[in-house]
Amino acid sequence: MDPRSLEFRQQSIAALSNPQLQTALGGIKTGWAGSRSRAALAFPDFEGLREQGRCIRDHALANVGTLLEEFERNLQLAGGRVHWARDAAEANEIIAGLCHDEKAKSITKSKSMVAEEIGLNAYLEAQGFQTIETDLGEYIIQIAGQRPSHLVGPAIHMTKDEVADLFARHHGLPRKEEGAELVGEARQILRDYYLNADVGITGANFLVAETGTIITVTNEGNAELTQGLPNRHIVLTGIEKVVPTMREAFVLLRLLARSATGQAFSVYTTAITGPKRKGDLDGPGKLDVVLLDNGRSTMIAGPFREMLRCIRCGACMNHCPVYLAAGGHAYGWVYVGPMGSVLTPNFVGIQAAHTLPNASTFCGKCEEVCPVKIPLPGLMRKLREVQHRGRHNSRTARTLMAAWGFLAVRPPLFRLANRVAGYSMRLASRGRGRADRLLLAGNWTASRSMPCPEGETFMAQWRKRRDPPA
Amino acid sequence: MGRMGAQNSNGFDGRHDKSSGPSVALFVTCLVDLYRPSVAFSALSLLGRAGCAVAVPEVQTCCGQPAFNSGDRKTTEAIVRRFLPEFMKYDYVVLPSGSCAGMFRKHLPDLFEDDEVMAEQARSLAAKSYELTSFLVDVMGFDEVQSGFRGRVTYHDSCAGLRELTVKAQPRRLMASVPGLKLVEMADCEECCGFGGTFCVKYPEISTRMVDNKIGNIERSGAETILAGDLGCLLSIAGRLKRQGSPIKVRHVVEVLAEPATRPAIGEKD
Repeated sequence: MDPRSLEFRQQSIAALSNPQLQTALGGIKTGWAGSRSRAALAFPDFEGLREQGRCIRDHALANVGTLLEEFERNLQLAGGRVHWARDAAEANEIIAGLCHDEKAKSITKSKSMVAEEIGLNAYLEAQGFQTIETDLGEYIIQIAGQRPSHLVGPAIHMTKDEVADLFARHHGLPRKEEGAELVGEARQILRDYYLNADVGITGANFLVAETGTIITVTNEGNAELTQGLPNRHIVLTGIEKVVPTMREAFVLLRLLARSATGQAFSVYTTAITGPKRKGDLDGPGKLDVVLLDNGRSTMIAGPFREMLRCIRCGACMNHCPVYLAAGGHAYGWVYVGPMGSVLTPNFVGIQAAHTLPNASTFCGKCEEVCPVKIPLPGLMRKLREVQHRGRHNSRTARTLMAAWGFLAVRPPLFRLANRVAGYSMRLASRGRGRADRLLLAGNWTASRSMPCPEGETFMAQWRKRRDPPA
Repeated sequence: MGRMGAQNSNGFDGRHDKSSGPSVALFVTCLVDLYRPSVAFSALSLLGRAGCAVAVPEVQTCCGQPAFNSGDRKTTEAIVRRFLPEFMKYDYVVLPSGSCAGMFRKHLPDLFEDDEVMAEQARSLAAKSYELTSFLVDVMGFDEVQSGFRGRVTYHDSCAGLRELTVKAQPRRLMASVPGLKLVEMADCEECCGFGGTFCVKYPEISTRMVDNKIGNIERSGAETILAGDLGCLLSIAGRLKRQGSPIKVRHVVEVLAEPATRPAIGEKD
């Protein structure tokens, strides 16, 4: 999918004037963000847990090669196979190949951001496969032809009424009013897909190296039905998801649910090790794990490694005042909010997404709530450095910055410029203490007056006081 | 102007007096220099009363934050290089701004990756740099201000001061020592006001939504005056309030700590 991140500002303006979207975004603050604070307070030492989470992820990233090889060995021992995909195209080909081998007609899919990253659904459909999303939110946006706007709640931008209209139109059934009825309708329809699917595709929340285990969490149980019922289960995930043992995985699981929704644990947490064995009552006949790099190993080796600590909880966006105003679609690609502002330029290139690391006031709330302490503002600042070095910012911005930088290292000139600026502003204010139109400040004065300086600059006043006229 | 603290009158340009207190360099900050000199005078007054020998080194312009946050490390380092040696001469550097103080304390040590000598100096300068209210309370143990200010105020915790420097209790402690000041906390006082340096002109629509959220909380608090420790936030909040014709006054917190604050508030008619 081509990123549309460069249009962030226009897309955010549209979002700000969409009342349904704004209501939905307001619900995140009172809902998930509120629940997260209560859960963090209720936990005896949540800060200690965050520190543990950070250490676990840092250790895993530092040893990712060894851990992945260990994971592969142990998965093979359990009867599964690992496929290494360098990029999106390779991953799509591998998965389509596995579906062809299975002569698949119908494919079920449980929510996977990595699948969105590589555009898997579109690829499989172009190959003639029918795929159906089984996470309710993901199902909604699939039939609506949209993209997810949030990591945890992909359809968070839609209201119940919009979903009711969509279902009535798409399912050809009488329109339902109640949330529970809508869920029931989706569940009824998905049931047939689950039972008839030849292949089930899921993501993974964690990979456990020591045992070759894949861990998924959901609140709907859809991952379990997706992976357990078809004959072939394909797991698609990024190489950074690996941890050494179950012990580390469970620390992260405790952090994940609390940070995402304030739950102590997700409703369904499933650990699968290999395909169905002799004597097992259910499970897939074949298990394939596709490990995607797609720029991740470059990130691990470079200045953005810390970003790959991410466990995809969504806390950064739930607490981000910019995300909560602009919504997810404004970010123009798969990953949104502060984590998206760091990941997207890393995956699609700074030239196609430099708007995103600038879409932050550096308020620091995201870093404060991140369960693995990713220094998100610091990483966004590093991306602004990449942008600056690559000259991807506007010529006006560069010229203004250069002029300002020239003055800032010349104190007498800087003071003179400050005095001129102060004098002009006071002239423009015509004694009202503020100006409503100012040269070069249109983006400020569109919605705000410009308060005017009190009088002479401090330095000028101070100098007079120090050297009183004889 | 009243008494500005006896010590600092001969404390200009590094020639601080022989007071027993520590020598302090005031970094005025570019916004205070231009927009709100009274904040610097209030800071001088408070530091003087706390027993510091204060100087205002001439070499200062800006802390470099606009360049740093725009990804321009070269310009940032040039700016820091210009003022650093002079400020190294003092026991402390004090700034009446959470974000500029954050630039000093948290970000100077990240600069000069290729120059170990400068990097070492930057680290040592960072360690002795403080936001004003935190310096008064945490370093000087000065938390009783004599101020005749009267009024119902609410306080906005500016992001950098709060999250980079944990400035939270200090301004409140100082405000509590002003007998006529009644603090009424607003909802979400720790939420960003939407200023964000260049953010407010890059994404003015989102910035405006954020400042409107802030203003809603200020209005619901019932306060007559909104205080904060960062002029950037204050200019944005005042600019929006005044555009809407609101009577709510906007001031830097040190203005009410130092004096009755009778001069016009930010964005008000002379």
